[in-house]
Amino acid sequence: MSVLPTIQIQNLNHSFGKGNLEKPVLVDINLEIYPGEIIILTGPSGSGKTTLLTLIGALRSTQSGSLKILDRELHGASSKQLVKTRSQIGFIFQSHNLLKSLTAWENVTMPLKLQPQMKNRKALAIEILNLVGLGDRTHYYPDNLSGGQKQRVAIARALVANPQLILADEPTAALDSHSGREVVQIMQNLAKERGCTILMVTHDNRILDVANRIIHMEDGCLIS
Amino acid sequence: MKNIGKFLTMRERPLAWAQLSHQKTRMAVAMGGIAFANVLIFMQLGFVNLFAGGATVLPENLRGNLFVMNPESKYISANTFDRTLLYQAAAFEGIVSAEPLYIGIGNWAYNKEQISYNTRVFAYNPKIKIFDLPEVNRQQLNLSEPFTFLFDRLSRPELGPIPEQIETKSSASAFLNNRQVSVRGLFSLGSSFFLGDGNVVTSDSTYAEIFGTAALNNVAVGIIHVRPGTDLVALKQGIQKHVPGLEALTYKELKEKELKYQDENPTSVIFGFGAAMGFVVGVAIVYQVLYSDVSDHLSEYATLKAIGYSGRSLLLVIFQEAALLAVLGYIPGFIATIGMYRLLTVLTRLELLMQWDLALSVFLLTLLMCLLSAAIASNKLHSADPADVF
Repeated sequence: MSVLPTIQIQNLNHSFGKGNLEKPVLVDINLEIYPGEIIILTGPSGSGKTTLLTLIGALRSTQSGSLKILDRELHGASSKQLVKTRSQIGFIFQSHNLLKSLTAWENVTMPLKLQPQMKNRKALAIEILNLVGLGDRTHYYPDNLSGGQKQRVAIARALVANPQLILADEPTAALDSHSGREVVQIMQNLAKERGCTILMVTHDNRILDVANRIIHMEDGCLIS
Repeated sequence: MKNIGKFLTMRERPLAWAQLSHQKTRMAVAMGGIAFANVLIFMQLGFVNLFAGGATVLPENLRGNLFVMNPESKYISANTFDRTLLYQAAAFEGIVSAEPLYIGIGNWAYNKEQISYNTRVFAYNPKIKIFDLPEVNRQQLNLSEPFTFLFDRLSRPELGPIPEQIETKSSASAFLNNRQVSVRGLFSLGSSFFLGDGNVVTSDSTYAEIFGTAALNNVAVGIIHVRPGTDLVALKQGIQKHVPGLEALTYKELKEKELKYQDENPTSVIFGFGAAMGFVVGVAIVYQVLYSDVSDHLSEYATLKAIGYSGRSLLLVIFQEAALLAVLGYIPGFIATIGMYRLLTVLTRLELLMQWDLALSVFLLTLLMCLLSAAIASNKLHSADPADVF
């Protein structure tokens, strides 16, 4: 394949604690994910899924091995480079993590504000809120939205800056099956439309069908 | 650095304002706390100004080239010196006149049934002009008549309705040290803590009648006028060298001496301390508010870090909140202070005035107070770990 992988991981190891208390969390991880793929990462809790996700998301420093995101090596990267990498990734969290003091559209503009030269942020935010079906809720505060609506605002926030990579951690965990399905459907459609890669951690068996590939993880190792 | 401007230049609500205004009660508490600290600082600094202002009222209204005093005197009329020393000093080349100003404390009563109040009595030869007060200079020839006085209309009202009577009848009578005296005119010098309850001006001969002839030997200030072109510094040094027991001061030095006394005076220190306490109270309140604001929004700030915001840009949000609070709290504090100043002026007749330099320095103190609190509170921001949001 001549296309550059969005995520390229080689011999990645990670452990928590020091000395006698050192406990490996990730053991010799090798993984390549290509543009446009939707990957679901499953596995029991404590298997290292979230740690892997935070490493890929540049939220943690890489300890050993190689981790390339969007063709940028994160092993040994400065915290400034990590911050820059994060701004190019769309994040969707288990709980929506919206800012309570901001309205839906203001929340969606937050990633856009990282690009000071960008104009009509509001128009972009409202456009994408329309796409996730919240065109009539743009001026609502998170407290006045249902769980599913909040998660849809969070998806809009993750997608608004057109990231090439979206990382999602159990995006449906707090939702009922109907709105969970809806949220994943929206993610899948928008990803396909915009050609972005999605890496999703989930326990939710009902949504496994959206994946191109399912990766299972156990005791810090990947099992294909 | 590019990122720093983004909260300021965008057209949406600044995040700092959204975070602050979202919790109205907390914002009101913060504004109230800052306003309270402001009033405290304003009152204390107002008192300090009042003292310092009161201190220079007298020297500012004296007219002369050189002033001689007892060297041990820490402020005007604290100690007196013998009149013969002034005559010795007057012999120096270049001196046109050297006139004694007597300052005594008398008991003033509007009528015999009333309690008497301490009043400062200024006395000098009414043929020469020693005050820089046009009203005094215009009317002082009337003082040649025995037992006549000019009365400071800014004296405390307890000294009697003398200004009103002068306006209607052009003269009023009162008692000074149990001697009946007649008031023939008014002037404005001002009373303060420092100047006592009231001021009256009379001739040296009336002064001698009331306080005894010996009182004329005790001069408070000798006021020297010189020929134009006289070297004041040389004259000053000459007097101090050849007339032991006299200190000669220029107009500027006389004012500085009074201010220096005020600065060393415990009252200034006490009020300065009060102002510092107000500042500390303000820091504590704003810190509390900003700290709980950061704690409550910790997961939100961690989220912002996760989506690519730098720690510095979030720090900027906290400092913007602090600056907003400073402005929002200062406004009610300023308004409340003006009310308090008016009330105290009515109650005490001491003129507490809002001055621009005071208003500006308190505003800058408020800003400093809020930014200092923000600096302490923002430590908490470091515990917002973006890796925790998953």
